[in-house]
Amino acid sequence: MNLEKVVFGFFIVLAATLNFGFFIGEIDNPTHHDVYELFAAIVVSLVATVLKLGDRTQIGAVHLSTSLVADLQLLAAAMVWGYAAHVSADGMTPEMMARIVSMSGGALFANVVSVVILIAETIMQRR
Amino acid sequence: MLRHHSVFFLIMRRLRAPLILIIAIMAISVLGLTLVPGVPTDGRPSHLSFFHALYFMSYTATTIGFGEIPYTFSDQQRLWITFCIYLSVIGWAYTLGTVFSLLADRNLQQAIRTQSFLRAVNDLREPFYLVCGYGETGRLICDALDSLGYRAVVVEIDENKIGELDLESYRADVPALCADASNPEILKYAGLTHPNCTGIMALTNSDATNLAIAIAARLLARKVPALCRAESPDTAANMASFGTRHIINPFEKFSGYLALALHAPAAWQLLTWLTGLPGTTVERHRNPPHGEWIVCGRGRFGQMLIEVMERECIPVTIIDRQGPPVTTPRWIQGDGTGAAALQAAGVMQAAGIVAATSNDVDNLSIAVTARELNPSLFVILRQNQYANRGLFEAFNHDINVVPSQIIAHECLAILTTPLLVPFLNEVRQRDESWCRDLIERLTARLGWEVPAVWSERINLSRAPALYRLLMKGRTITLEALLRSPSGRDDALACEVLLVDRDDDDHIVTPDEDVEIRPGDELLLVGSTGAREEFRLLVSNENALAYVLTGEDLPGGWIWERLAARRSASSPTGPAVTPRRRARPPPPQS
Repeated sequence: MNLEKVVFGFFIVLAATLNFGFFIGEIDNPTHHDVYELFAAIVVSLVATVLKLGDRTQIGAVHLSTSLVADLQLLAAAMVWGYAAHVSADGMTPEMMARIVSMSGGALFANVVSVVILIAETIMQRR
Repeated sequence: MLRHHSVFFLIMRRLRAPLILIIAIMAISVLGLTLVPGVPTDGRPSHLSFFHALYFMSYTATTIGFGEIPYTFSDQQRLWITFCIYLSVIGWAYTLGTVFSLLADRNLQQAIRTQSFLRAVNDLREPFYLVCGYGETGRLICDALDSLGYRAVVVEIDENKIGELDLESYRADVPALCADASNPEILKYAGLTHPNCTGIMALTNSDATNLAIAIAARLLARKVPALCRAESPDTAANMASFGTRHIINPFEKFSGYLALALHAPAAWQLLTWLTGLPGTTVERHRNPPHGEWIVCGRGRFGQMLIEVMERECIPVTIIDRQGPPVTTPRWIQGDGTGAAALQAAGVMQAAGIVAATSNDVDNLSIAVTARELNPSLFVILRQNQYANRGLFEAFNHDINVVPSQIIAHECLAILTTPLLVPFLNEVRQRDESWCRDLIERLTARLGWEVPAVWSERINLSRAPALYRLLMKGRTITLEALLRSPSGRDDALACEVLLVDRDDDDHIVTPDEDVEIRPGDELLLVGSTGAREEFRLLVSNENALAYVLTGEDLPGGWIWERLAARRSASSPTGPAVTPRRRARPPPPQS
C-alpha cells in the first residue's frame, strides 16, 4: 500500500462525494443546498487538481483535465452565489439557486469521470 | 537532464506542496471567518458571508490590508484574524522561498536552456552546420561560417566556452548546448537528423569523442558529410573503416605540406597561397632547404615529420628527453632548449630545425637558442595554444604550424569549395615548372594576398541568367564571360582553375576559348570584389547581356517589346537585339 495513492484517491473521491452532497435535493430550493458544502467541494477539488499536476502520462493528463473542468464549474457556481447574495437586488431567488445547482451538477459529472478513471487505473495495474 | 522536456510540469511538480498549503490556509481562514460571530445586529450575532470572508482574506493575506470591511469586526473575529495573518504569512513565505530556490536551481536552468536550444534548432529554416567542440578550431570555423553567411549550431562540453560564445558578436544567432557530444541523443537534439543539417564537424580535443560523433553521423544521418579531427593514426583508421568521408589529422596534413615543400616548392607555394586565411598576405618564405635537419621532440607530430624527411632522404637528428629505443647516433637525449644539446645535434651545420614539442614556451626557447647559434637556420615552429600567438608573431620564424588553423582551413575548404580538393590533388601530380608558371601568372595578376577561391555551378538556382542563355543555345566562352559588369573592356580579376563536367573529365586551368556548358561546375580564384561581380553576372540578365554584347538591355517587358520593334523596323539599326538573337535556336537538350 502506498500512502501517496491513498491520499490521491481520498481527495478525488471526497471531491466527488461533497459535490454529490451539494447537488442532491430539489434543484431550486435554497434550503436543500448548503453553502458550506459548496465551499468544501471547491477546496477539495482545488487540492485534488494540485495533486494531479506534474504527471506526464496520458492518463494523468485526462485526470488533470477532468479536475480542471470540475474546478471551473464549481467556481462559476460560487460566483453566481456571490452575485445573487450580494450584488443582485432580488437576493437569492429560486432561479439563481437552480443555476448554481445545475452548474454543480456539471462539476459532479466531471468528478464521476475522474473517479471512473481512478478505478480503471487501479484495475489496469492489478496490484 | 534532457528528459524534462516540459519545464512547466517540472515547476508544477515542485510547487505541489506550497500550492496545497496555500489552498489549505485560505480555506481554513475563510471558513473560520464565516463561522466566528461578528458584532450583533438586531440582537442576533451576525456572520460574514463566504463572499466577504474571501474578499477580506484575499487582501489581508496579500498584505494589502484595506481595514475592517464591510463593517467593524467583533473581538472574536479579530482573534481569529490575528491567527490567520500569521498563518498566511508562513504560507506565502514558504511558497516564495520554494519558487526562488526553484528558479536558482541548476537543473531547472539547464532544462530551460535546453528547451530554448531545441526550439532554436527546430526553427532553423536555412542550411546549417553542426559544430561539435568550440575550442580554438571551433571558434575559427564558426567565425568563418558566420562571415560566409552560413548558420552554425554548437555542442560543447565546457560551460565556460559556451559563455565565450555568447560574448562573440556573430551576425546570426548561434544556438549552443552545453553537453557531451559523444552522446547520440545530444547530437539528435542538436539537429543531426534535421533536414537542413548540411554537415557535421567533430572538432573536440578528444579522439574518442570525435570517433563517437563520426559513427553517430554515419548511422543516424548517412547523407550528412562528417568532418572529423583525428590525432592518432588508430582513430583515423577506425574512422576510415566505417566510411567517414573527411578525416583531418592536422599533423599529417602539415607533414604532407612539408613533404611537398621539400619535393616541389612551387606546388607548395601555390597550395599555401590558395588555402590561406582570407584577407591575409602570404609571405614568400624561402623554401625549406635540403640538408641536415634537427627535430626537437619526438611526439606524434615529430614522428610524422621524421618519416616524411626520411622518405625525402633528408638526414634528421632527433633531440628528445626520452632516450632512443635502439641506440642510434642520430638521437641526442637531452633538452632542446639548452645550447648543449643543440650543439651536440650539430646545429652549426644544420639547415633547418623543427621545434615540435607540445609545450609552446619550450618551442620558442628552442627556436630562439638555435637561431642565436646559427642565424641562417630554417625554423619550423609548432604553436599549440592560440593565446600564445603574440609571442609567435614576434619571433621571425619561417613556418608556424598551428594545428587549430590547419583543421579550420581544411574544413572550410572542404565545405565551401568542394572543387578545391580535386584541384589541389591535381597540383600535387603536376610537375614543378607547371606549378611555377601558374603561381607566377596568378600572383602577377592578383598579388600575394590570399585570394577568394569559390566554386559556381551553372544551374538554374545558382546562375539563372547564364543558365537560361546557355539553354537557348548560345555559345559563351570563358573569355567573353569574365568581363567586368561596370566596363566590359576590363577583364574580371579572376581566373578559372578547374571546370568539372558530368560527361567530360576535369579541365584544369582551361584556356580562354573554352565554352561553358550548362551544368558545369567552375572553380574560380580572384579578388573578393570579382567574386561579387561574377555572382551578379551569372544571376542578373541585364548585367550578363551587357558583358556579352555591350548593349544595355531595357529593363521590363514593355521596354523590351518596344526595343524589339524598333530594331526590327529600322534595318540600319543594330542587326538584332541580344534577346532576339538568342531566341531562334531551340534548346539542345
